[in-house]
Amino acid sequence: MSTLTTINPVEPFLRTDRMPHIWCPGCGIGTTVNCFARALVESKLPLDKVAVVSGIGCTGRVAGYIHLDSFHTTHGRAIPFATGLKLANPDLHVVVYSGDGDLIAIGGNHFIHAARRNVDITVICVNNFTYGMTGGQVAPTTPVGATATTSPYGCFERPFNLPFLAESSGAVYVARWTAYHVRHVAHAMVEAFQKKGFSFIEILSPCPTLYQRRNKLGDGLDTMRYYKQHSIIKNGAHTRDVDIDLQGDITIGKFVDIERPTLQQTMDQQLRQTLKDRYVGRGGA
Amino acid sequence: MEDELASSMAILGATWGGAKAFTVTSGPGFSLMMEHIGYAAMTETPCVFVDVQRGGPSTGLPTLPGQADMMQARWGSHGDYEIIALCPNSPQECFDLMIDAFNFSEEYRTPVLLMMDECVGHMTEKVIIPPAEDIKIYPRRYTSLPPSEYLPFRPGPDGIPEMAKVGTGYRAEVTGLTHDEHGYPAMNWQAQHKLVSRLVGKIRNNADRIARWEEHGLEDAEIVLVAYGITSRVAERAMQMARAEGLKVGLLRPVVVWPFPDQRIREWASRVGAFVVVEMNYGQMVYEVERCAASQARTLLLGHGGGMVHEPQEILKTIREAVQ
Repeated sequence: MSTLTTINPVEPFLRTDRMPHIWCPGCGIGTTVNCFARALVESKLPLDKVAVVSGIGCTGRVAGYIHLDSFHTTHGRAIPFATGLKLANPDLHVVVYSGDGDLIAIGGNHFIHAARRNVDITVICVNNFTYGMTGGQVAPTTPVGATATTSPYGCFERPFNLPFLAESSGAVYVARWTAYHVRHVAHAMVEAFQKKGFSFIEILSPCPTLYQRRNKLGDGLDTMRYYKQHSIIKNGAHTRDVDIDLQGDITIGKFVDIERPTLQQTMDQQLRQTLKDRYVGRGGA
Repeated sequence: MEDELASSMAILGATWGGAKAFTVTSGPGFSLMMEHIGYAAMTETPCVFVDVQRGGPSTGLPTLPGQADMMQARWGSHGDYEIIALCPNSPQECFDLMIDAFNFSEEYRTPVLLMMDECVGHMTEKVIIPPAEDIKIYPRRYTSLPPSEYLPFRPGPDGIPEMAKVGTGYRAEVTGLTHDEHGYPAMNWQAQHKLVSRLVGKIRNNADRIARWEEHGLEDAEIVLVAYGITSRVAERAMQMARAEGLKVGLLRPVVVWPFPDQRIREWASRVGAFVVVEMNYGQMVYEVERCAASQARTLLLGHGGGMVHEPQEILKTIREAVQ
């Protein structure tokens, strides 16, 4: 007979003394953190060597709630911080965990350049299609036609297709799942942790307080139902074909899984070739 | 890195990763770095920023000198903080002060600025590099406490907390939000007072130890030239010309410009007739001199918009005015 346990398996990964967290009821960010903790267990990474870096925003608070070496940086600059951290300390597994506004709007330049360089980090982007923390403004992910505080008559800007942006910039691992697909999310995280190079996971997530409410899309549960009914898993789909429309079908899955030398590898190779034994690296591979 | 926002943040990541890191810029790039000077101050991240000053504002005069970022160095990032800034006037000092800058940054856990100007930045002169073993390095303040007893932002007796090595089990949280000794965000005025007064105090209370200046010909001086960076070398020439005319002129050169050598200026103010501040801007450090001189000595500014250094003759002319 199995014994009942009162310990939540995710609890050791959380700074429980910081609870309650700031996320709204029905928000999907906490769900992704749960997946993250489970992925850490499954991947058997040495936890003391895992560092989490966030930017600013609702998802930007993730680093602060996770009981690992964690850095809550400035708006949009989690990726440059992570780049410096990883290059200085190649033994670390560096995970950037932030939102769509932080990573793709204000931090968009760093996103494409880190993917281009193939910095050996994992970037987890919780995409709720809006700026949640600051009141629901239009983001570069807001679907055309969606209402936001700064688009009261409907958004008329074409949004970024994040997997396509990541792949065309050079990411070696690209996947998209939703907060409904918790097992897939956790599995994707395990794969991303094991991947050498710039791995990217987009996780669609409800923002019932702002995005769903302003667009009359119901609450968090309604959004989960929508994700369940309208997500189509197409592993290997071409990322150019995975645009997201307002309440249309969503293509999800693992889209990219390729090999390419990392920034550390190309740097070491180039500098060793040029400087010979004068080159002193900082270890890692 | 792709831009100055990225480079100024990458060095902070590198510092937490265990490296010593700095970044270099000029003009608009310095403006872009301001947010991360504030983040480094708030998170007490040792690092060095080098600004090779050009004429401004905006794109201004690339490759031509200026000294108009001195107040930006002091106040450029939003919010309250103190900063350490050094001002070399020769290639030798660029080397020597860079070491001092890193040592200050480690000792006080603060960003340190090396405020050069284009002339010093492009200058070619002999530089003596001492043997590595003769260079004093202030080691990073790593904690010796076990993780269970360690609080990442608990100040030591000198007001400065110890760092933990990332990747060794301390699992510290670092944030740019106002935080408590755990490093946890604390959104209240008590936490704000406690943290920011400590950040300001750790520099301000040690200002006399950090301040550094050079004096030339001040023993009998009635007029004190105050100049820094390349301008101090032109001022020294003007001082010699004035001395040849029998004018009692000396030169005070702040080497550490922030914190400003308040006490030394006050001491001279009670003994001399006037200060002549020579700088490649339309008045920045002159306000510091004026503040310290109070009403004890006159303060004159010989400003200049940048693009080229002062002529010694114009400084001489201002000295003559100051004598009257």
